Amino acid sequence: MTTTDATLAHPAGRPHEGTATRTHAHATERSSGVPHGASTRIVVAYGFWIFLISDIILFAAFFASYAVLSDNTAGGPAGRDLFEVNTVALETACLLTSTLFCGLAGIGANARHGRLFYGAMAVTFVLGAAFVGIELHEFATLIERGAGPQRSAFLSAFFALIGCHGLHVTAGLLWLLTMMAQIYAKGYRDDILRRMLCFSLFWHTLDIVWVALFSLVYLVGVAK
Amino acid sequence: MWGRLSWQAIPWEQPLPLAASAVVALALGAVLVWVVVKGHLPYVWHEWLSSVDHKRIGVMYIVLALLMLLRGFSDAVLMRAQQAVALNAPGFLPPEHFNQVFSAHGTMMIFFVAMPFMIGLMNYVVPLQLGVRDVAFPTLNSVGFWLTATGALLVNISLVVGEFARTGWLPYPPLSELTYSPGVGVDYYLWALQISGVGTLLSGINLVTTVLKVRAPGMQYLRMPMFCWTTLASNLLIVAAFPILTATLAMLLLDRYLGFHFFTNEAGGNMMMFMNLIWAWGHPEVYILILPAFGVFSEVISTFSHKPLFGYRSMVLATMAICILSFMVWLHHFFTMGAGADVNAIFGIATMVIAVPTGVKIFNWLFTMYGGRIVFATPILWSLAFMTTFVVGGMTGVLLAVPPADFVLHNSLFLVAHFHNMVIPGVLFGAFAGYTYWFPKAFGFRLHEGLGKAAFWCWVIGFYLAFMPLYGLGLMGMTRRMQHYDDPTWRPWLLVAAGGVALIAVGIALQVAQLVVSIRHRQALHDETGDPWNGRSLEWSTPSPPPLFNFAVLPDVEGEDAYWHIKQRAREQNQPRKEVDYRDIHMPRNSATGFICAFFATVMGFALIWHIWWLVAAAFVGAFATFVVFAWRDVHEHLIPAARVADIDREHRDRVASGGNPRSVALRPSA
Repeated sequence: MTTTDATLAHPAGRPHEGTATRTHAHATERSSGVPHGASTRIVVAYGFWIFLISDIILFAAFFASYAVLSDNTAGGPAGRDLFEVNTVALETACLLTSTLFCGLAGIGANARHGRLFYGAMAVTFVLGAAFVGIELHEFATLIERGAGPQRSAFLSAFFALIGCHGLHVTAGLLWLLTMMAQIYAKGYRDDILRRMLCFSLFWHTLDIVWVALFSLVYLVGVAK
Repeated sequence: MWGRLSWQAIPWEQPLPLAASAVVALALGAVLVWVVVKGHLPYVWHEWLSSVDHKRIGVMYIVLALLMLLRGFSDAVLMRAQQAVALNAPGFLPPEHFNQVFSAHGTMMIFFVAMPFMIGLMNYVVPLQLGVRDVAFPTLNSVGFWLTATGALLVNISLVVGEFARTGWLPYPPLSELTYSPGVGVDYYLWALQISGVGTLLSGINLVTTVLKVRAPGMQYLRMPMFCWTTLASNLLIVAAFPILTATLAMLLLDRYLGFHFFTNEAGGNMMMFMNLIWAWGHPEVYILILPAFGVFSEVISTFSHKPLFGYRSMVLATMAICILSFMVWLHHFFTMGAGADVNAIFGIATMVIAVPTGVKIFNWLFTMYGGRIVFATPILWSLAFMTTFVVGGMTGVLLAVPPADFVLHNSLFLVAHFHNMVIPGVLFGAFAGYTYWFPKAFGFRLHEGLGKAAFWCWVIGFYLAFMPLYGLGLMGMTRRMQHYDDPTWRPWLLVAAGGVALIAVGIALQVAQLVVSIRHRQALHDETGDPWNGRSLEWSTPSPPPLFNFAVLPDVEGEDAYWHIKQRAREQNQPRKEVDYRDIHMPRNSATGFICAFFATVMGFALIWHIWWLVAAAFVGAFATFVVFAWRDVHEHLIPAARVADIDREHRDRVASGGNPRSVALRPSA
């Protein structure tokens, strides 16, 4: 379209020599006209918060469908026949503890303290994987007992709601490994620390959602 | 190996879609060959496909919307032609094909015409109006666009491979369940919308963050142009509503793929939950589309009346009120569900209440024009047609909001007339106004006025001819989506409607001609100064087209109508040009992430539709790898040296200074 733009996209001297620190010194004082000195860190975290809000709305839709369908057992088993609160409590403990370690990993990353970061991330991963493992085991047991998602609308909504959270945790585990690999390969760069901040926010949000799931699905389900 | 896919998937016995797709494929192939042979491929790749510049992405969104408008409109022509001939006759479209046509028409027009058009305008204009150099997340922006394009591509692939949904533009269960729609049509619909929905959500997050966190110094909330406010409201609605769509469609997918019972007839499923969920997204969706158009009208009316927008603050309030109220009216789409008189009354009243802020806006626009020196250029003609026509549609809407009346009119052509009467003037005319208004900014030359006005009159008269008869037909008892009928009294009105569509077709042809003629006469239509309309907001302070970095020096905003005041002051003080302190500018580097990611998304969507599970896994790994490669890159930005910035900016200032435009002469710096 314009020759000026065409040349601008390919400046003769691309800052290829730009080392990590150099580029990110630029990145933080980005010239995009951020008002009132909002740094890239704030913009990124803010955007990620907006994403998390949308994610919570996604869960809200699944919660609503569960609320509508939770009594539609179609003659099949109800929550009180199926839920084993002790197992779920163990699951909950895994996830909540993993968040503690996720927070420690964030501190480790900010302090550029390798042992704390890698150690805490590894524990977070193990606890998160244990959470997913227990959940998969619960799903397998239910399906074995003939209480799979095809059995009734209640079980459909249950599997979808819990499964949606489980998928989020699984995606989080994949992200966690990627973050560890990134820090290992690239060091504690500003942009990677920002991603670490987002990951931490994500992991905490999954905790909050799980607390709601544990209370509204399992505890209420057993009591009903 | 290939799941459900086989050679039978290609509808050999239906010549119409095959021929149409062959023409499209030939045209696309010809363009591709031309690009490659002429050696334009590097330009297309570096400047467009892998660009993360919000201006380029905005233009690509609008190109996508215009192309899909042709597709969606050809569906409309088919429907009107079918109903014109199908009195006691089968017509030329068999029922299963007719059903696909109306489903594709609605899906195309809402998701791949109206949405990309509006998101394209917002992408292009908002950073310029806010006085900044890009959106908050440029690469994410590119990913969002390409995922939207993926969705459009999948819907179009369904023409040739398999079939499209026969369920209407919203796949109501139980018809959309596996029992009644065993084919791949609904799956095409669902995966296309899931993928493009992710793109829309990313774009929404991006624009919300941009408006709230990335603004020029001094650009306080109540100094933002109206279009930025409506963009904010619209994108807040995207963030709040699109996850509901994703969740709802995911539930339907679980029903169809894994035998869940969310919306089925049996095992306790609740199909009315689908209506509630889909309209909890669907009603905000119409405001997602129309709020940016309200912003366009505000800009256009104020600019061409040469007056500040009347009641700016009440306009902001009305916008945000609509933003909230839009979530409180969803049930009026199915009063006939039988929720009871109390529930229906509450939603009926809420629906009427939402007409109040809309009325505030109409009066504000009228008072903006009152006493102004109005220039009747094409953009304001679209705005005037919008106001008059939209009020008619609004009133039939208030009529439909009365539950007893709705019971009679539900699913009749009256309803079809009503929502076309809202969306065409509200969204499409707004899109056309914005397209004509900002075209010179994007390309450096204006669109041909005469052809634009001719297209305008064809569209407006064609609209009335095509849709006013449908109100009458609805009152006469004709329901929507009829492949044939046996009431001869309906025939004359359907013929008038078909005539209206023919006139709209002339309007579209004139728009194509306008584009071609304008490109050929671009020297004569050239926009020297970057401010062809004597504009009021900051985008008009940049050259047309703006340089990659938009602003050589970020503007310092001191009030509403920022550029208008800069011009006023320059005129009053006639001050010598201030020496500008140019600095190096860092802009985000191009990234192929969006394009490659969309490639894998297309493959994954296609594989999911046809149950080719190994390909799903492979495409997922590909998409994930693309993101990891992106995350691994070391250099995010490239530098434009201060000297280069200074050259470009001085060249623009000189051009403005020597421009033949008398308005610019008044601005001529005496230095």
